[in-house]
Amino acid sequence: MNIVVYIKQTFNTEANIVLDSSSNIEIKGVNLIINPYDEYAIEEGIKLKEKFGGVVTVVSLGESNVQAAIRTAMAMGADKGILISDPALVNTDEWGRAEILAKALSTIDYDIILAGRIAIDDCAGQIAIRLAEVLEIPSVGSVIKLEVDGTQATVTREIDGGTAIVEVSLPAVITATKGLNDPRYPSVPGIMKAKKKELKIVTLADLGFSADDLTPKMNVLRHSIPNPRKAGQKITGEAAQVAQELARFLREEAKIL
Amino acid sequence: MAKGIWIIIEQRNSEIRKVSLELLSQGRKIADETGEPLVAVVLGHGIEGLATEVAHYGADKIILIDDEKLAEYTTGAYTSVLNKVIREGEPQAVLLGNTALGKDLAPRLAHRLGVGLASDCTGMETDATSFLSFTRPIYSGKAFAHLTSNVRPILATIRPNTFIAGEPDATRQAEIVKETATIDQSDLRAILKEVAIAASERPELTEASIIVSGGRGMKGEENFAILEQLADVVGGAVGSSRAAVDAGWKELKFQVGQTGKTVAPTLYIACGISGAIQHLAGMGSAKFIVAINKDPEANIFTVADYGIVGDLFEVAPLLTEEFKKLVK
Repeated sequence: MNIVVYIKQTFNTEANIVLDSSSNIEIKGVNLIINPYDEYAIEEGIKLKEKFGGVVTVVSLGESNVQAAIRTAMAMGADKGILISDPALVNTDEWGRAEILAKALSTIDYDIILAGRIAIDDCAGQIAIRLAEVLEIPSVGSVIKLEVDGTQATVTREIDGGTAIVEVSLPAVITATKGLNDPRYPSVPGIMKAKKKELKIVTLADLGFSADDLTPKMNVLRHSIPNPRKAGQKITGEAAQVAQELARFLREEAKIL
Repeated sequence: MAKGIWIIIEQRNSEIRKVSLELLSQGRKIADETGEPLVAVVLGHGIEGLATEVAHYGADKIILIDDEKLAEYTTGAYTSVLNKVIREGEPQAVLLGNTALGKDLAPRLAHRLGVGLASDCTGMETDATSFLSFTRPIYSGKAFAHLTSNVRPILATIRPNTFIAGEPDATRQAEIVKETATIDQSDLRAILKEVAIAASERPELTEASIIVSGGRGMKGEENFAILEQLADVVGGAVGSSRAAVDAGWKELKFQVGQTGKTVAPTLYIACGISGAIQHLAGMGSAKFIVAINKDPEANIFTVADYGIVGDLFEVAPLLTEEFKKLVK
């Protein structure tokens, strides 16, 4: 089975976000990790390989340091990596990135494409689904259970207030969410092996794009940092009294109840 | 010339989702401000009866697409049908709720239309040069991106509880246009087999106006009954922190935070929750935060509008009694 996993390197979940002088997100000094949702996708890809055999190819977009994320996925058990790295990527949006990924995948075989349901940095959750659209294959998002049987998959996805079971023909894009599996930690032998695995680095020109082809559909006007919430009043006292006071406050001052 | 603000109405079992009503109300305001018509698209099966309600919430025109193949949401069929009506109608903007359906449908639809998408927005403003601009939280609410597009239509999904659904106006009427759905076999490569919605009297977490949430301080699964009683008095939902989910006390679907649900209720009551940065990311846009925690140094107090340093097992039941008196 040919399994592709699209991953993204993101800031650590503890990272403090500040803006640089041109109102962009400051990336200096931030610890980078594999987007947590993508770890579920990597794990599921490796599990599929363990069950059916095949090759797990990890694909990502970004600067040279994204190789670290791909190597980590390889240490978990992925076989190959493709990093699309180009200064012009900075000026692309979700539309452009999906087009780029689709082009990068046009030369390899895939039976299933896995990705995280959302990246915790831009929180958009668009690229994997857009990729499915470019490739003209179905997609199922926010998946917590995946069973592959030949060219069909039975997938349980989270919906508001419950779950839905979807039968989908392969190839398809599946986006993973928490609950799908417990991602393994890279083993020491895994880390050693990962260093020798094939990691191709390609540019947009290699894929046949010029910067004009990728003019973004969305324009980011600026970024801002929300005003930090201020601590309000903090009270201690006898339970009955504080409960009564809170109820009064919510009704009379906050006007919520 | 592109025209109109379109709202894609989401319904479940012929009941309109609250976020769709919120979008109609806000869409009405923008329509009045810009002179654009407000168009609602209602799709599903057996949905004609919803037109009256949609009209009362402000739509000038309603496009009804009724087909048994649309009875349950599937990505392929919904994308195909909406792509067609949007290409024909050429709206300025198309708005959806950032629900499970919206998150799945909007990126696919945007790409088929060849346009951008502002996902999970918590702000929308009219803009003199580009018609509408959007604000969306990034880095789980630690920053905002402000964005717009010159490509038409502008698509956006809006987070539930961002806008307030106004009062319906029973005198309002709308033009109703019925469209037929053309669904190809290729649209049906993903087939919905079964939908299981947990029977609950409580509102869905992301839609709830009031959320009572418990963390490690709950000490056990059985103690969540205390929070359920509190939530039920005010028609709220019950959530939890990651700690309570990892301990096995609550199911994953109740988790609020960076790797769980992002919520924006009017009132969030955090009980026995320390306030890890990942939790704050999921509930930091609540309008009013109450924290009950024994530890006066707990981080949750740094964001709480109202903090009670005390034992939740004493305070929460008494709060239930106080709330009962208020809502009587």
